[in-house]
Amino acid sequence: MSQLLRKYTSSHEWICMAADGTATVGISTHAAEALGELVYVELPQLGQVVQLGQEVCVVESVKAASDVYAPLAGEVVAINLALKEQPELVNRSPETDGWLYRLKLSASGFSSNPALLEPEAYLALLH
Amino acid sequence: MDVKNTNLYAQHRALSAVFVEFANWQMPLHYGSQIAEHLAVRKESGVFDVSHMGIVDIQGLGARAFLRRLLANDVGRIDSVGKACYSCLLNEDGRVLDDLIVYHLSENTYRLVVNAATTVSDLQWIKTRAVSDLLEITHRTDLSLIAIQGPASRLRVQTILTPEQLDAALGLAPFCAESIGDWLIARTGYTGEDGLEIMAPHRDIQVLWDHLIKLGVQPCGLGARDTLRLEAGMCLYGQDMDETVSPLSCGLGWTVAWEPLERNFIGRKALESEKEHGPPFQQYGLMLEARGVLRAGLPVYSGHDRIGLLTSGTFSPTLNTGIGIARLRTDHWATGQHSFTVEIRGKKHPVSLVKLPFVRYGHPKFKLLNPIS
Repeated sequence: MSQLLRKYTSSHEWICMAADGTATVGISTHAAEALGELVYVELPQLGQVVQLGQEVCVVESVKAASDVYAPLAGEVVAINLALKEQPELVNRSPETDGWLYRLKLSASGFSSNPALLEPEAYLALLH
Repeated sequence: MDVKNTNLYAQHRALSAVFVEFANWQMPLHYGSQIAEHLAVRKESGVFDVSHMGIVDIQGLGARAFLRRLLANDVGRIDSVGKACYSCLLNEDGRVLDDLIVYHLSENTYRLVVNAATTVSDLQWIKTRAVSDLLEITHRTDLSLIAIQGPASRLRVQTILTPEQLDAALGLAPFCAESIGDWLIARTGYTGEDGLEIMAPHRDIQVLWDHLIKLGVQPCGLGARDTLRLEAGMCLYGQDMDETVSPLSCGLGWTVAWEPLERNFIGRKALESEKEHGPPFQQYGLMLEARGVLRAGLPVYSGHDRIGLLTSGTFSPTLNTGIGIARLRTDHWATGQHSFTVEIRGKKHPVSLVKLPFVRYGHPKFKLLNPIS
């Protein structure tokens, strides 16, 4: 998984492109830390078609529920079922094992969302 | 108003507490992991700084008679020195101004521990009603209050208390307290576990806190305090009850002492009338049947009928699902509908109705009121 193919949103999602044209989505390390211990993740339905910017997931800590938005449009082709019993995976490894869902993109590449940030730009935004 | 810190603020800072503002106090929310803190109290021991709560001493020949008028529970039931009882403070309409614990300290002295958010209004209410009673009413801002809770909590204090204090700590029956000098050691709490609450001068509590932390007692914040009390089925003032409801509508009917009939406590007339007509609401525990989180304010349905709402909700670390306290219309049973749901983000999720508490002494302990669908 090349770092070059990973981008971020200003609302703290990451999206990582695979060679087959699908993209994996999760929340950033910063977001996972800020939310605190997650106890529940509401995942999208398989086959669900999502629009750019749509609320697709909800991650809940003991204290609060937060929406996770779609960084790109597409169809949900996989969800991270392990999170049903172990939502804490998102805290432990938010940018690897704690991924949320995978999209088959409506348009190829990142170009349909010019607001996506390079890792350096996202990190700069946090400071 | 400036946000206040307790006298344990430096201790909390040193333990890297994450703070939250609560009732104009800056209090620890957690020290890293709210869930680990919760589980430490269920399995071993944890210590909470609850010095934001109001400590009010009422002293004088008429103290007993005054409190029998002031409180919905009857201090006549704690005539032996060292006993404590839980009570609502009501207004004339029988609505809840606060909930509190009253300790019988000595023959003519009682101590109330009241909520932080209501301390000022309670003091004003109490003083206004005590004008003719020649009572000394003292807000004990010279004392700090910590709660040491969990099955091992009383063991943990063995090496750090004086022999006299230790005798008290180990010998106390539940819901009893002993004064030793300017300390009060009580076997009370807000977690559903065994434990102690200790009130003492600030410096003494600072030293005690430091010892407890050195012994490995888990420091716990208000986050864990909330999940623990909810699992224990205990009400939180301002959420599960307030000035808009009577104790009969929020699960606190058991704290109202109707006998003796001639005890004319504030709010009695209004309560008697409500009792006669039947309270409009009743309190239940709710538990999600699949994993999730319940939140205060969510609507509750019986079939298609909206029958009330959650006054508290959270995720239960012991039961691994969402739990809450709900205020439901008493007439809903009449519909014959026994399938209940809570609407979360537009979707109805099945819940079980539970007789509180959810958890006691480390283990799930609840009675289902509707069969799981």
